[in-house]
Amino acid sequence: MSSTSHSKINDFVVRFANVNGTGSASANFLFTKSVFRMGIPVTPKNIFPSNIQGLPTWYEVRISEKGYLGRREGVDLMVAMNPQSMEGDVAIVKTGGYFLYDSTKPLHANYIRDDINYLGIPLMEMCNREYTDPRQRQLFKNIIYVGALSALFEIEFAVLEKLIAEQFPGKEQLIPPNIKALKMGVDYVQANFKFPLDIRVERRDLVKDAIMIDGNSACGLGAVYAGATVAAWYPITPSTSVVEAFSDYAAEYRTDKETGKRNVAIVQAEDELAAIGMVIGANWNGARSFTATSGPGVSLMNEFLGLAYFAEIPAVLIDVQRTGPSTGMPTRTQQSDVLEAAYASHGDTKHVLLFPSTPKECFEMTADAFDLAEELQTPVIVMTDLDLGMNDHVSPPLEWDDKRVYKRGKVLTAEDLDKMQRFGRYLDVDNDGITYRTYPGTHPTKGSFFTRGTSRDEYAAYTEDGGAYHRNMDRLIKKWNTAKNMVHAPQLYQEKSTRSTGVVFFGTSQYAAEEAIELLKAEGIEMDALRIKSFPFNQTVVDFVNDHEHVFVIEQNRDAQMRSLMMIEFSANPAKLVSVLNYDGMPITADNILKQVSQKLLLSQEKTTA
Amino acid sequence: MTYIRPKFRHPGLPKNELGYTLAQYEGALSTLCAGCGHDSISAGIIQAAFDLNIQPHKLAKLSGIGCSSKTPTYFLSNSHGFNSVHGRMPSVATGANLANRDLTYFGVSGDGDTASIGMGQFVHVIRRNLNMTYIVMNNGCYGLTKGQDSATADAGSKNKSGHVNLFESIDLASLAIELGASFVAQSFSGDKEQLVPLIREAMKHPGFAFINVISPCVTFNNNVGSTKSYDYVREHIEGTGTKDFVPMMKEITTKYAEGTVQGVKMHDGSDLQLHKLANEWNPEDRISAINAVKTASAKHEILTGLLFIDRNTKDLHHLIQTAETPLNQLGENVLCPGNEVLKDINAGLR
Repeated sequence: MSSTSHSKINDFVVRFANVNGTGSASANFLFTKSVFRMGIPVTPKNIFPSNIQGLPTWYEVRISEKGYLGRREGVDLMVAMNPQSMEGDVAIVKTGGYFLYDSTKPLHANYIRDDINYLGIPLMEMCNREYTDPRQRQLFKNIIYVGALSALFEIEFAVLEKLIAEQFPGKEQLIPPNIKALKMGVDYVQANFKFPLDIRVERRDLVKDAIMIDGNSACGLGAVYAGATVAAWYPITPSTSVVEAFSDYAAEYRTDKETGKRNVAIVQAEDELAAIGMVIGANWNGARSFTATSGPGVSLMNEFLGLAYFAEIPAVLIDVQRTGPSTGMPTRTQQSDVLEAAYASHGDTKHVLLFPSTPKECFEMTADAFDLAEELQTPVIVMTDLDLGMNDHVSPPLEWDDKRVYKRGKVLTAEDLDKMQRFGRYLDVDNDGITYRTYPGTHPTKGSFFTRGTSRDEYAAYTEDGGAYHRNMDRLIKKWNTAKNMVHAPQLYQEKSTRSTGVVFFGTSQYAAEEAIELLKAEGIEMDALRIKSFPFNQTVVDFVNDHEHVFVIEQNRDAQMRSLMMIEFSANPAKLVSVLNYDGMPITADNILKQVSQKLLLSQEKTTA
Repeated sequence: MTYIRPKFRHPGLPKNELGYTLAQYEGALSTLCAGCGHDSISAGIIQAAFDLNIQPHKLAKLSGIGCSSKTPTYFLSNSHGFNSVHGRMPSVATGANLANRDLTYFGVSGDGDTASIGMGQFVHVIRRNLNMTYIVMNNGCYGLTKGQDSATADAGSKNKSGHVNLFESIDLASLAIELGASFVAQSFSGDKEQLVPLIREAMKHPGFAFINVISPCVTFNNNVGSTKSYDYVREHIEGTGTKDFVPMMKEITTKYAEGTVQGVKMHDGSDLQLHKLANEWNPEDRISAINAVKTASAKHEILTGLLFIDRNTKDLHHLIQTAETPLNQLGENVLCPGNEVLKDINAGLR
C-alpha cells in the first residue's frame, strides 16, 4: 500500500490524472513552468496513451530542491480529474498526502481513504456558472486547478501571470480570461481550505541559467546546427517531434526571407525503408542527411543500414526508443533497441551508437553524429528514448562553438584526384581502415566509382574473390577499432577505481542511478560508477569492468541488452555483471534501483557468509 | 560473346559538342547473357547521353537489384553509380537528387524490382515528381533467380519450363500515367530507332520521366507462348504502328509525311515532334493517354512511343522550394545559425 508522505518544502510529487484531448497538457505545463520559474529543479513526465481523445493520461511532476531529476515513486498530491482512472489514482497517494478532485458531485465511497486529505473544489459547477461555451468550460477547468495549486503550494501569482502573458503573444484578449480562471482557483482555496499546505514551494535560486527543453527538440536543433540539409522520415511515436522540431527551426533559420527558398529539403517518406534510403542517397551525394524513428522503424531499416555499413556511406539516425517488442507500448519508454541497433542487418554488421542522457547531450551528440558518420563513413545511431525525447527536462543551456568546423571526413576534390595516380575507393591509404571517397560530379575522368552492396575490391570493382572479400571485412574491423577512440568517452564518476563494486548505466537511467548512488552512499555502500556514452566501447569501459569484482549494469529493458553487448564485444565475465532492470514502460526510479541493488548485495553477502 | 574489349578506337570516330566520342560514354563489358535485351537498352543510353552532350560525371546512375540493375556498370563508366538494395532505388535517387539538384539522375530497374518488391517506392517517387529518368527493363520474369514469373508477366503467358502464369499483369505505363507521372513512354529493346530519342527526351524532361522498355529475357522468357519474347513483341508491336510514336529529332523529321505531325513545345524550348496514332488521342491529356494504352492492351497490342507528357510540370525541388544552390555545396557559414541565435533560443526556453 501507500508509503507515508515525508515530503515537505520543495520536495514532493504532484500527479495530474486527466482525460486526453481535454487541453490539460498546456495547463499542466504551466504548473511545471511556474515551479521552474520559482528557481526549483522540476521534472515532468507525461504518461500518455496511444490515442487522441478520451483515454486516461497522466502528468507527473517531481519537485526536488536537491536537484534529483529522475522520477520518484509515490504521489504526494493527486489532481484527480478523470473518473475513469480514479480508483487507481486514489490508491497511489502516499499516506498523509492530498487528493484534489472535482466536488461538483460527491466522491464515491470507494475512493475514500482515511489516511489522506481530500481537497474538493466544485470545478464543473464553477465553470458552468462562469462560462457558456462548452470548450471554455473544459479548458478553464484546467486553469482553475492550476490557480488552486498555486495557492495551496504558495507559488507566486505574479509568476503565473507572466507565464500566461508569454503564452499568448499577439492574442492579448486571451490573457484576462486565463488570469481570471487562475484567480477563481486561488479564491476558492483561500475561502475554503487551510493553506499553504505542508508540502509547498519556496523560492530558491537553484536553476540558474538552465532551460527546459525536450530531447527531441534538442536533437532537431542539433541537426540544424550540424548542417543537416536533407531529412527524410516517416511518422512514428515517439520520434515524430524530432523532425517537426528540425522543420520548425529550419523554417526560421534556413529560409530566405525574401524568396522563400530553403537551404533544406524535408521529405515525409512512404515508410521507414524509403526514409533511410533517401538519407543514404543524400549522404552518398555529399549532403548531411538524417532520419528519426523508433524501434519498429529501425527493424524496417535493417537492410539499408547493412548497405550503408558495407558500402560505407554516412547516415545519421535518431532512434527514440519505445517499449517493444512489436508495437509494444508505443507511448511508453524503454532502452530495448540496443542490440537491434548495434547489429542491425544481416551478415557481420555493427554500428556506431551514441547514448545521450540529457537534452544538452541530445543537441551535442546529434551534431557530433554527423561528424562521426562522415569521418567514419558509416551509419551513426543516436539512441535516445521516449522519456528523454518527449518529456521536458531541466537542462544546462545549449552552446555552440562558432569556431567549430564540420568534419566532412576523407573526401577528395578534383585537385586531389588530379594529383593521384589511381583512385581506389576502398584502398586503406592511411592504414586506419578509413578510405577516401568522392562525391558524384567531382571530376570528368577521375574519381567515379560504383557503390554497391555486393563485394568488391579496393578499386570498387565487383569481385567474388574470397581474398578480396576477406581483406575488406578485416579492414572494416580496423575501422571499427579506429572508431573506439573517436566516439564519446564514458563519464567516470571517480578519478580512479577504488571500490570493489562498480555500477554502469547509460541514457535516461542517469538521474535515477546518480540519486541511487547517493542514497546508497548515505547507507554506507559506496560504488564506483561509469556512464556509457557510446558504442563501440572504448578501453575505459573495458578497464572499468575489469577493475571491479562486481558491476551492476542498470538498463531499461528485460534482456539486459547492454550487458550482452559487453559480453559479446570484450568478453566481459557474465558472472560479474549483475543486472538491474526496469521494463514496465515507466522511466526508472532511484527507489527501484536502490531496492534491486540492496537485494543483490544482501544475496551476495549471504553467499559469502554461507 | 567476347571477354576482351579492344582499347583501340578508330581515330575518326564522330565526336559530340564536348569533343567526346561514344567510347567515353561506355561502361564495363556486360556479363549479361548474349542477346539480352538489356544490353541493347544500355547501348541506347550510351547513345542518348552522347547525343545530348552530357558530361558523364554530371550524371548519377542508380539501380536496385536484378539483371536490369546490373546494367549501370555497362554504361557511363565516368559517372558515379549506385547499385542499391532490391526495389529501393527510388528512395536513394530521391535523397541523391535532393542533395544536388544540378546533376542528371538516371535510374534503372526491372519488372521485379519495380512492380513487386519496389512498387511502393515506384508509386511514391512518381507522386513526388522527382526530376529523374526511370527505365524499367521489363522482361516479365526474374532472370537472376532463373526465370520465375514477375508481376508484369501476362496472365496465360508461358515460360520456358512450360509454367503458365495465372495472375493478371501490372501495366506499369498506364499506372505511371494514372499516378501523375509527367513523362511516360513505352518501347522495345529491339527498336533502337525509337528507344534512343525517347531516352533523350526523358533525360531532358524536367520532372519524373518513365520509360517501360519491353526487353526479352533470351534465356528464360523467349519461348513460344511467352508474351515477352522477341517474336511475340515484334508481332504485336507492328499492329500499333510503333514508328508513329517516335518523338523525332531533326534528322529524322523528314522521314515522315507532313501534316501528320503534332509539335510539342518542350521545356527547354525545343520542339518535340509527335506522330499521332489516332486523331482522338492527345499525348498531353492524361485520360486520353490512359485510354490509348488500355485500348491497345485490350487488343493484345503493345503501344509504344511517348504516351504522355506534361510540359509544365513542377518537380520536387519546385514543390518544396529548395534553394538553387545544391544543398551539398552549402557550408557552416550558411547552414549554422551560430551561438548568438542559440542564446536567444535558450532565453525562450526559460
